Amino acid sequence: MQVEGTLDWDRLLRTVSPQVAAQLREERVNIACNGRVLADKTALLAEDGDEVALLPPVSGG
Amino acid sequence: MSIGEALAAFNASYPDAGGTASFVGKVRSDDDVKALELTHYEPLTLPGMEELAQAALERFELAGVLVWHRVGIMTPGQPIVLVAAASAHRREAFDAVDFLMDHLKSASWFWKRERRDDGWHWIEPRDQDRRDLARWK
Repeated sequence: MQVEGTLDWDRLLRTVSPQVAAQLREERVNIACNGRVLADKTALLAEDGDEVALLPPVSGG
Repeated sequence: MSIGEALAAFNASYPDAGGTASFVGKVRSDDDVKALELTHYEPLTLPGMEELAQAALERFELAGVLVWHRVGIMTPGQPIVLVAAASAHRREAFDAVDFLMDHLKSASWFWKRERRDDGWHWIEPRDQDRRDLARWK
């Protein structure tokens, strides 16, 4: 999915489906921006060209 | 490259090490598991594995480590992961492999699901995996 910047937490929640928005609020779901996992995902601030990854609960190897 | 070939190449890279310890993790065939699918996100998964290997090199007296993980669909009995450590002394090599596996099992960026008779099921680390990881804190 492509969206124009700037993308912050509130706009991300409005951009995805309500189901995904609810899952994003779960503690075990992480967000990465340009390969860096955000310690506080609500501090997301992605500009044009940034890659934002929505990461489900991790399984491990 | 097979596991045997990878281990031989790794071993040959450290001719002066006193020994090499290794571990191969395979898909278990319990719970009617028909297949296991592993997914990664390369911008996180690969740097995470490199950091883990570096942490092992700093923590233990090692000549070198090998951390090799597959992604995709695998069936019971097939290998998933190969970890090896070369060291002057066996204890450091055994401990490094143990350390690497405990971190890979519950603190690495992989997602996996297994296919049973009733469909696909997502997997999360077990409590035992988390306790194993806590041993190294």
